[in-house]
Amino acid sequence: MSARRSATLVAGLVLVGIVVLMALVSLVWLPYSLDDTTGGRLSAPSAEHLLGTDKLGRDLLSQLMVGARIALMVGAGSVAIAAVLGIAIGLIAALAAPWFDDAISAFIDVAIAFPVLLTAMLIVALQPPSLGSAILAIGLAMSAIVARVSRILAKRAVGSQYVIAARTSGTRTLGIIRRHLLPNMAPTLAVTLALQFGAAVLAEASLSYLGLGAPPPNASWGRLLQEAQGTVLTAPIGAIAPGIALVVLVLGVNFVADGLRDAVDPTRRGRRS
Amino acid sequence: MTVLEARGVDFSYGKRRILTGIDLAVEAGGSVGIVGESGAGKSTLLSLLLGLAAPGRGEIRFDGAPLVLRDRALMRRFRSSVQAVFQDPYSSLDPRQRIDRIVAEPLESLGLARGAEALERVRAALESVGLPADVSRRYPHEFSGGQRQRIAIARATVVRPRVLVADEPVSALDVSTRTQVIELINQLRADHDLSFIMVSHDLGAVAATCDRTVVLEGGRVVETGSTGGLLAAPREAYTQRLISAIPRLPSA
Amino acid sequence: MTEPLLSMNALSVRSGETVLVNATDLEVAAGERVGLIGESGSGKSLTSLAVTGLLPESLRASGSVRLAGVETVGADEQVLRPLRGPVAGVVFQEPLTALDPLMRVGRQIAEPIRRHLGLRGSVLDRAVSDALAEVRLDEQRFARAYPHELSGGQRQRVAIAIALAARPRLLIADEPTTALDVTVQSEVLDLLDRLVAERDMGLLFVSHDLAVVARMTDRVLVLQHGAVVEEGAVREMLRAPQHPYTAQLVAHARVLDAALDGASGPEGAR
Repeated sequence: MSARRSATLVAGLVLVGIVVLMALVSLVWLPYSLDDTTGGRLSAPSAEHLLGTDKLGRDLLSQLMVGARIALMVGAGSVAIAAVLGIAIGLIAALAAPWFDDAISAFIDVAIAFPVLLTAMLIVALQPPSLGSAILAIGLAMSAIVARVSRILAKRAVGSQYVIAARTSGTRTLGIIRRHLLPNMAPTLAVTLALQFGAAVLAEASLSYLGLGAPPPNASWGRLLQEAQGTVLTAPIGAIAPGIALVVLVLGVNFVADGLRDAVDPTRRGRRS
Repeated sequence: MTVLEARGVDFSYGKRRILTGIDLAVEAGGSVGIVGESGAGKSTLLSLLLGLAAPGRGEIRFDGAPLVLRDRALMRRFRSSVQAVFQDPYSSLDPRQRIDRIVAEPLESLGLARGAEALERVRAALESVGLPADVSRRYPHEFSGGQRQRIAIARATVVRPRVLVADEPVSALDVSTRTQVIELINQLRADHDLSFIMVSHDLGAVAATCDRTVVLEGGRVVETGSTGGLLAAPREAYTQRLISAIPRLPSA
Repeated sequence: MTEPLLSMNALSVRSGETVLVNATDLEVAAGERVGLIGESGSGKSLTSLAVTGLLPESLRASGSVRLAGVETVGADEQVLRPLRGPVAGVVFQEPLTALDPLMRVGRQIAEPIRRHLGLRGSVLDRAVSDALAEVRLDEQRFARAYPHELSGGQRQRVAIAIALAARPRLLIADEPTTALDVTVQSEVLDLLDRLVAERDMGLLFVSHDLAVVARMTDRVLVLQHGAVVEEGAVREMLRAPQHPYTAQLVAHARVLDAALDGASGPEGAR
């Protein structure tokens, strides 16, 4: 692994680490409770309130810390759902008979065209809005994208001579998946999932705006951004702080994925001819 | 005794007929070259002989009994006896696995050896193809085409098969590497009394490895015979055309 | 003394610090047939690409290549374009990637004829069918076909027709038959042989196959690791190779060639 690659990984770990730390601390300690409105409306950053307060007088730093927890849960949760479901569908399609593969592909195309919002509303129709249903909706919607990428990657590996060689070596389908398909899909999948992580955090923001996300007082970063819209000129910190937090997390996850991909990919290490 | 045999084999892909009425057999210790040009059905025939697909009509016979792809016990015996080497040394080895893991795959998948015993057999197989044991912790991309083909041959022979099936094993190699790999194959065949089936468009490579030759054209066998006899006196017009088209070196 | 059609002087090609072609000298006189022999990584293809300035951007060429008296190393596209076609035509190994998949074959042949010979309208149409007839694709349907509708051999014939459309004085053929079946290879070699003779073209023929090079050319250069190790008449080199590498190459080729005569075979190894 080259120095530049490992630098990417370290930078990514630092950025993600900041957010994880905020989230962990928020579990045991917050500067102010989320329903504490004693700070006065829209007060500027000060010693008492490091990032100031919002228009209801709540401490912005405290909200940001709780938001970190929500962002991580949304990202990790929906990416996990999308990964498990999407990779499974992709593998089944790639290994299935051609007609079944065609059917799955058509289904994936329809699913990708289906808006996340609509999925979320359908799920919320079945159960009250909560962070869980938001994660489920985002995860389901993203699984179609992961399925499409997985199917292409798996098909490419299935058609390769090393998989034919594995079959003549007596390796059965599950062994081929574990031994050859998943490792060869992993580098590209890691990058796809990292991008989806960022997209999930942003998608939750729009769901919150419609009241389909995490219920108050648990403000996600997305909701903080939305709420700061009206006061962005008078108290810009309210929009800047969650914005920066979002960028730090999304960038960090992408760096980690990039760095990990290069770290686990032997063909990217130094060649010897 | 016949080890591997195709009897009256037809195969179609969708509506397209690829193979028609193929008869072919390899005896214990014998060798058969299957030659033909692109579209002749060579690779399809090979995948049938390797039990990767089932013929539409006719049967593939192994040790005198029909090969049933669903019969797990039979297929396990078949795979322990019949191993393959493929054309492209760059894509036939998984780029993300170390050499020892690649060569050990048939041992592990067929449950023939594990742990230290598997490692020892891998080392012996690598040695028998002329590679030092210290290659085992490296990755495929660190090797040249000829070396990779040796690794593929080590993987095929690590289970001590009785039949080696090769799909254009030297076509992608440089001339000098080509003759070395052919020598290696002949050496291994002699040492282990291997039966050998090779698909190739290169009659020179077939002549250097196979006692018998089957000429395939348009999915049918047009001529069969001893390689020497067939090269010296081809009976069919297509075989004659094939042989006369081979570029030859001016005589010294 | 008139300048040779192609004259290469101390051509080197580098990728970063790595030297891929090292100080190669090469000359092809008008009407002469020269072979470039080497294995993978010998730099034979790069050497041939450098002639018409077709090296990938990431590679740096130094030294001198004069094509019909014009320097092509470091030359602008403006200088190179009039050379490609009228002076040197190129045929590559893989005809499918050398042809535009979305353009009918007739139009692809018409393009260089129009550009370099200035023909238009029905005269151009006739020139296209003549060009196709010359590579034995006489039927009308070939001009209307797309590349994927043709066989490998037919595609390579089309590629040859395009390379020859502007009547070049030098044909550069880089492994033109390696991707083809033996019988098709034989037909394409016959065709190239005839066309080069009829038009009295110079030929630079790049191949790893000694037998094919011996059939097509008179004089050869043997490349190893980017450097010429031997140069001379083909038959002489096959009879008495001077450099150990050439000797090894010839010996290996002879093994497979002799196997066809039954001189050695599997029995020999037993």
